[in-house]
Amino acid sequence: MTQEGETVQTADTKEQEDGYEPKLVAFLCKWCSYAGADLAGGGRIKYPANVRIIRVPCSCRIDPKLVVKALERGADGVLVSGCHPGDCHYTEGNYYTRRRMLMLFKLLEFLGLDPKRVQMSWVSASEGPKWAQVVEEITEDIKSLGPIST
Amino acid sequence: MTRIGVFVCWCGSNIASTVDVEKVAELAADLPGVAYSTTYKYMCSDPGQKLIAEAIKEHDLDRAVVAACSPSLHEPTFRGCLENEGLNPYMLEIANIREQCSWVHTDRDEATEKALDLIAMAVAKVAHNAPLVAGSIPVTRRALIIGGGISGIQAAIDVGLAGYEAVIVEREPSIGGRMAQFDKTFPTLDCAACILTPKMVAVSRNPNIKIYTHAEVEEVTGYVGNYVAKIRLRARSVDADKCTGCGTCWQKCPKRVSSEFDQHLGMRKAIHIPFPQAVPRVPVIDRDNCLYFQRGKCRICETSCEVGAVDFEQEDEVIEEKFGAIIVATGFTTFDHSTYKEYGAGQLKDVITGLQFERMVNSSGPTGGRILRPSDGKEVNTVVFIACVGSRDRAKGVAYCSRLCCMYTAKHGLLFKEHNPDGQAYVFYMDIRAAGKNYEEFVRRAQEEFGVNYLRGRVSRIFEEDGQLVVRGADTLSGTQVEVKADLVVLATALIARDDAVDVARMLGIPYDENRLFTEGHPKLAPVETVTSGVFLTGACQAPKDIPDTVATASAASAKALALFSSDVLTGEPMVSCIDTSLCSGCFACQEVCPFGAIEAVEIRDAMTRENKEVAHVIESLCHGCGNCTVVCRAGAPNLAGFSHEQILAELLAV
Repeated sequence: MTQEGETVQTADTKEQEDGYEPKLVAFLCKWCSYAGADLAGGGRIKYPANVRIIRVPCSCRIDPKLVVKALERGADGVLVSGCHPGDCHYTEGNYYTRRRMLMLFKLLEFLGLDPKRVQMSWVSASEGPKWAQVVEEITEDIKSLGPIST
Repeated sequence: MTRIGVFVCWCGSNIASTVDVEKVAELAADLPGVAYSTTYKYMCSDPGQKLIAEAIKEHDLDRAVVAACSPSLHEPTFRGCLENEGLNPYMLEIANIREQCSWVHTDRDEATEKALDLIAMAVAKVAHNAPLVAGSIPVTRRALIIGGGISGIQAAIDVGLAGYEAVIVEREPSIGGRMAQFDKTFPTLDCAACILTPKMVAVSRNPNIKIYTHAEVEEVTGYVGNYVAKIRLRARSVDADKCTGCGTCWQKCPKRVSSEFDQHLGMRKAIHIPFPQAVPRVPVIDRDNCLYFQRGKCRICETSCEVGAVDFEQEDEVIEEKFGAIIVATGFTTFDHSTYKEYGAGQLKDVITGLQFERMVNSSGPTGGRILRPSDGKEVNTVVFIACVGSRDRAKGVAYCSRLCCMYTAKHGLLFKEHNPDGQAYVFYMDIRAAGKNYEEFVRRAQEEFGVNYLRGRVSRIFEEDGQLVVRGADTLSGTQVEVKADLVVLATALIARDDAVDVARMLGIPYDENRLFTEGHPKLAPVETVTSGVFLTGACQAPKDIPDTVATASAASAKALALFSSDVLTGEPMVSCIDTSLCSGCFACQEVCPFGAIEAVEIRDAMTRENKEVAHVIESLCHGCGNCTVVCRAGAPNLAGFSHEQILAELLAV
């Protein structure tokens, strides 16, 4: 029902704004995903310029409220990325993140937001190409969704 | 009002070619709280740092944003720069406009817009930065060395020489590792045992060095300077204090078992030492194969032991010891060539690996140094060596070059010709990579002086015909197909990470790459460090290395550990959590989620009710600063210095 509203809006927007560039916020843990993003840079792997990265010590530092805040303040999508399960620098931080984000997804769905607006990924410090691919994908996803209807 | 300085780096053309740095600096000057903004070609250079220093003085700056490369590179540099000018080093934020902007985008307008956003975020964050002071933490001046191969041995010798305690934990019954299995070493052809065993004896004699063999590190807790390791000393079934190493038990033992040390080309006994020069010279009973343990009778070793050292009742013992630094020297294993169907998938008896050839050619090995066909024990007259089995093969093996196979294959060819001057040795290779001191000369010697035949090309198939192996391959230099009838084929299998490398990495909290090799702190500038302070890497657990490189990294890792030990206190990490006791209700949800047990309960007097209440308190020396507690608290009582609620929110709002 609510999602339907968003779909309608999306179609409108896409017609109105040709070449719509979404703004995305990405919260990255400094040990894995942030280092992976650095590695993508070192390898000069190109990806869309829509993402603004916020560096945090561990993905478990990402309060789900911050994700909601980002959306409230105009971000079209949010990405949360940390170490692969089992590889957390702090042993178990990303397990907490995973649980928290699953709860957040439910909340977002309840609010009528497309679940693709907020995505979670595991990118290790050696996965530069994967980071580029993750950004590529979420940017595409959000582009096809369009801005959040208000 | 804050007085922020924004310093935008060109990084030569690395940033400036994609980001309009001048425009960015100009626009950054208008951001809230910014008092000064400028650009410079290389901000990390001496003049760049001077420029920051002068700007701090001249414009009375109280904090700074440097827009440059990743904070993992120069954050410490610029923090030092602030500190020199009397500012707290933590009044700095880095906007990563190189790795995460100029290097990954091509459109100049987009990149410039993004760079400005990243700077605006850093400016917003730095406005909320607070001066941080690092506490000090004590250091246990002992090094734990995991692995007792040449790299662990060298590291222990270096730590021991400096007067500090080193503990080697080795899984096998003896130290020595892979090098003990080798016959001769390239390019000098020193006998491996002759140069290794004196070192093995040296570590065993050094009073600063303790060796636990037949033991494994099971768990590591703590942090730099204060690690606690649980070490399982597996039961040898022999009392090491009583045993004299006379050897009667393993001579008398009736049970013969395929020898792992000899790469299954020879036999050992159920009670055994892996090789004659083993350190310690104390045997181990292999309980899975011992007649007494399996069938309840025999005990010949026990009755033959004059000193009564055999102890069937011995049990594993788990000990706990404290360490200040950990040196990871877990080494490598070799690629399993059974995935190469064209080379017989491990089913052809006369197709062996380089490591097996190494044992065969060794005079104390299973054949007494004679090169014989494993299938029928006949002398080998023609041998084919195949390089790059598993290496440089993205389809079946690993993408990387294993670095030493070219060299040991040349050595094997040479040794074969030394043993059998009338025999023929062929090497199928892709490229010869002989980068190292006297390496190229060595390969030349094998080719020119010893007449080892080098064929550039891959082998497509090995099959049996009339009791001989037929090796079919290409010689790309002459552009022909070749077929060689060989008695023996030796595969130069890739060097790969050990099976349990990931478990070790997780135990130590260090990252590993797609090949499960441990990741160094920085590929160029921190080759033996890891991101976990106090954990260092040496040898082939990080990437394939030959003996000289292994020894060099072992000494490098021990130098890093010794630097830690040079003082009895360390500067701690100031980016830790702190709990606002006025907000804390004492629910201790934070305590439950803290992975480090860094949160304790303390009693305080409530200012409002004037009653005592229990609240949470962070033990700073135990806190690693992950921030889990900050998210779990409903009241938001815990906050993380450096990544506070206010800082992250400000960053977010600036997007």
